[in-house]
This record gives sequence, C-alpha cells and structure tokens, in this order.
Amino acid sequence: MAEFLIETIGLPGWLAWTAVAGVSAFLILNLIAGGALVFIWAERKIAARIQDRLGPTRTGGRFGWLQSLADGIKLLAKEDLMPDGADGLLFRIAPYVSFCASFCAFIALPFAFDVVGLRLNVGVFFVVAVLGLEVFGVILAGYASASKWSLFGAMREAAQVVSYEVPLGMCVVVPVMLAGSMDLVTIGEKQAGWFTNWFIFHDPFTFVIFWVYYTCAVASVNRAPFDLAEAESELVAGFHTEYSGLRWSFFFMAEYGSMFLVSVLAAVLFLGGWNGPVPVASLLGWSDGTAVTAPYAVRLLGCANLMGKATLGVLVMMWIRWTLPRLRIDQVMTTCLKYCTPIAALMFAGVMLWQLFLPGGLLPGGRPHAAAVREAWLEGEADGAPVQEASVGFVPAAERQVVGVSR
Amino acid sequence: MTECLFSGMLAQLPLAAVDWHGLFFLLFAAIACGAAVMVVLTDNVVRMALHLVVSLVATAGLFFLAGAEFVGAMQLMIYVGGTLVLLVFGVMLTAQTQLIALKTPTGDKVLAGILGAALFAVLVQSAVSIEAWRRPGLAEVAAPTATPLGMALVGVRVDGGDPEAGRRPPSGYLLPFEIVSVHLLVVLVGAAYLARAKRRRTPRTVELFASVESSTPSRVDAGAGEPASSVLVETGR
Repeated sequence: MAEFLIETIGLPGWLAWTAVAGVSAFLILNLIAGGALVFIWAERKIAARIQDRLGPTRTGGRFGWLQSLADGIKLLAKEDLMPDGADGLLFRIAPYVSFCASFCAFIALPFAFDVVGLRLNVGVFFVVAVLGLEVFGVILAGYASASKWSLFGAMREAAQVVSYEVPLGMCVVVPVMLAGSMDLVTIGEKQAGWFTNWFIFHDPFTFVIFWVYYTCAVASVNRAPFDLAEAESELVAGFHTEYSGLRWSFFFMAEYGSMFLVSVLAAVLFLGGWNGPVPVASLLGWSDGTAVTAPYAVRLLGCANLMGKATLGVLVMMWIRWTLPRLRIDQVMTTCLKYCTPIAALMFAGVMLWQLFLPGGLLPGGRPHAAAVREAWLEGEADGAPVQEASVGFVPAAERQVVGVSR
Repeated sequence: MTECLFSGMLAQLPLAAVDWHGLFFLLFAAIACGAAVMVVLTDNVVRMALHLVVSLVATAGLFFLAGAEFVGAMQLMIYVGGTLVLLVFGVMLTAQTQLIALKTPTGDKVLAGILGAALFAVLVQSAVSIEAWRRPGLAEVAAPTATPLGMALVGVRVDGGDPEAGRRPPSGYLLPFEIVSVHLLVVLVGAAYLARAKRRRTPRTVELFASVESSTPSRVDAGAGEPASSVLVETGR
C-alpha cells in the first residue's frame, strides 16, 4: 500500500509509510476494542443460556445488543480509585503494559494472504514471545495494588503462564515444522485447498496436538477453568481487585484481545487460516486473476473466513468457561507438567516420524512430499514470484490458490 | 493537478530530509540507555525491574530496526519474557521491608562508580578503535569470522557442497548439538533427583532446623526437598 501511495499519488516516502502504519494501527486497535465489546455481550448471553437465564435484554432492543457499549460509557464515568498504600506509577502503568503486549502481538498476525500489519519471517515466534509479556502487566498490577488478593492473583498468574509457555511453544513448533517456515503467511498458504489440507487433519498426531495447543492457549490467557489469577470466588477479583473505571476496562480489553489472538493463531496454525473448508474462490475461477474485483473479494472472503474460525474458537472458550469448574493451583500445574508437556513432546516426535516415513499421507497419491513443496517454494522465492511485500495491497492472485468461505 | 500540488507542498517540508532510520535508532538507544541509568538510580526493586524491562524492550526495538527480527524476538522471549518474570517472581517472594527501598552505602556507590566508569572506558575505547564500526553504514560486510566447525554447529556448512554442480552442502551439526543439549538436560534432572534422594537426615540439617525452631522429621524432609526442586525449575526453564 505504501508503494501504491508513493507511485500513484506521489506522496513522499515518510508520509506514505506513516499513513500506512496509522491505518494498520487504527484497524487493529478497533478490532481489539470492537471485538471486546461484541465478545463481552456474547459471553453474557452464552453464560445466561448455559445457566438457564436470559442475560442482558433491555439495552438496545430485544437481545441487549448495546449492553457492552452502555457498560463502556459507565466505565468512562466511573471514579478512578487508587488504594492508599499503592505504588502510584506502577499501579497506573500496569493496565497499559498488559494492553500493549496484546496489541503488539496483533501486528504480526495475518488476516488474509497479504492483509497483515507487518510480515515478519519469524511471525510465530514473535507472537508467542510478545504474548508472554502480558503477564508482566498483571504482575505489576498485583504488586502495586498493595492488596493481598491482588498479590495472590499475580503470583498464581506468573507461575501459571511461565509453566504453560513450555507446552505452548512445543505445540506451535509442529506447524512450523510442517510448513518449513516461521512466517505465518507461508504457514497459512501451505494449507490452501480443501479442508483436508489443514494441518489439524495432516496426521493423527497433529489432531491431538491441536487440542493440547487449545488447552494451553486457554490457560495462557487465564480463562476458566484456568482463571486462578482472578478466581472471583476466592480472591475477590484477583489481580484487578483494586482497579476501577477505564483502567480496569484496559485489563478486560487485553484479556479479550488475547483470547482472540490465540484463537486467530490456532486458526492460522492448524485450521487453514484464511482458507475455507471448500476452495470456493478457485472453484469459481476467481483466483485466475481475470476479474478485476476478484482479488479484493478473495481477500474479503479470507478475512471473513479467519474471523469466523477465530470467533468460533473464542465461543468455545466461553462454553468451556461456563461449563467446567475452576481447577486448583496444583491441578493446573499437574495438567501442564504431567499431561500437556509430555503429550506435546510425544506428538512432536510422532509428527517428525510421520513426516519422515509417511510424507504423502496414508492414501496413495495424496499430498505431495513436504520436502518437495518446500523446495518448490524456495525455488519460487529465488525467482521472486510468490514473495510479496508485507502490505495491504493489490496483488494479482493468479499464482496462488486462494479459497473462500462457505460458512 | 491538486495531487501534484499537494505532494509538492509536502516535499517543501523539512521532514522529508530527515534520516528516519537514524532518528529511530537514536530514539530507541536513548530509551535503552535512559532506562538502564534508571535501573541504577531507582531504590525500589520492582521499579528497577520495570526499568530493566523498558531497557530490554528498547534493545529489542533496535534489533527490529536493524532487520534482525529473529534476534529481536529472541530478546523479547528470553530476556524480557523469561528472565524478568523470574526476576519479579523472586523479588516478590523476598519483598521484605528492607528490600522495598534499597539504601546503598556511599562507599559502595563510589566503588560501583569507579568500576562502571572503568568498564565503560574500556568498551568505548574498543568500540572506537575498530575502524569498521565508526560508520556502520559504510562498513563492508566481512567474511564470517566463525570457523567452519562453528558455522556447522549452527547448521550451516561452508565446507563441501558445490552450488554450480547443483549439489547442496551437507547438513550441519545442529541436530547432534541439540541432542547433546537434551542429554545434558537429562543429566541435570538426574543429578537433581540423586541429590534429593541423598539428602535424607544428615545430622547437620537436623541441627540446623532444630536451632531455628522445633522441627519434626517431615519438616526436615520438606526443607531438604527445596534445593532439588528449585534446580528442577531452573532446568525446566
């Protein structure tokens, strides 16, 4: 897009890049904030459904659509309190640290083939690394609040997140190994075609490891049944006990942003990313580059596809939250160290052996050899064909097989 | 026409002449150095940790600015993510009243100042004395200084292989290296286990615990188990 601005409109380079960065940041920020509004409303409705009650019904029509917005306005108007013994600077800065970590990870997340804020060749690694920083805000909040509940919550969170990074990292390595790249865009493109090409259906081991990943993701974003850092029946509200108003809502936005983030990551790594279960676009012939509007439509479909999958992931997290009871801290650690980590390690080894001995799958004439795919990709890169600049822009879709949504 | 006028007006601005890369470099470098100084000057341990995080994140920003994304992400993962979470964890477990506000004796300050100044002088001298580092933009990319064996350990074989004949170089020693690392990890875990099994009830431990408070055998076991488990935690990280 920056090249487009420079060449067509003739903007100077620095202004073009600033504009592009501003647009990307604006979109991501609104995605997190708007997503939080929608998901909070959805969570309340789902919780009500599961608990056999109605949930919000009044504000904004029959289904209480505007309840979250009304809550947001209420939070804006709330008094911002700080406890007496609190460490002022750290207390104020903690919500922003949490939110920034959640926001930064979105930068490297692709939403369709080239709809990505910043295409990093180590995208997976960057997202996982930045996701781990969110805990720092929580620890600061717990420490600075000068409250025993907050401190307890923060300590639990620190122990939990640090432990769950191990199996989470191990699960994330598997799609990286299958795709031969740490670039999230490349990983998504490797799963183009019918849904059988998705990495979750690659072999039995990846199917298992997807669920391990999902468990660890739920734990690493502190959702029930792993919400020990909040644990409202034990610790009042855990690390954000002393927060109110807008600062509290920043924690909330960070939580919902992270939920969405790990779900998008799950969709890109295991569920085909922006490729739908049926390659609608290529069946309709949109991806041969003849129609002018096709690339935009394909991208839009891809975005809708990924959003649909990620939303499904978030909804399942809500379903789990309102179904399962909270684990004790020792049970959380047992789940991580005695179950998730060994299972992830075994499955990792299994995927490696599968790639070595059954690279084409069980059926003859199935998938091409992974190494062959990788070689082709490398050759293509050398020719400069499929390598695109990391920008939201117009790219002829002739070279790629891009598929649409059928949801 | 209006577009051309618009862009022409923008081109008149002095902003176009700014070296943005250099500006961002200076910005991140200033943040990193300023936060590092703040680590030294702050007397609260947790605030020190916060300043250290800011400094390390700014360093990661420098790596990203240099296009070394992997190193930048590594910096975030290892230093900012891992080390600091553990640091804060440790700080908060030991957050007694005397640690909330650290008071450094004047003698220590002088000693630390002399030591720091000496180290800084050595670093500056060695950095300035190298011709190629004076202007990073002009420095030629030199041939890799690592030996072939060193390159092979990170997975790149510079010996063997003939690109003209289409033959790829043989794979490096990265996998054996990693296997050896895992073996070392196993050895560490085993050592921790053995150390734990051995420390049953030595007279010294009993004495130690008895001197602190009236101890029961189970307390001694629990106390003796701690070092081993802390070793395990460190190995696991």
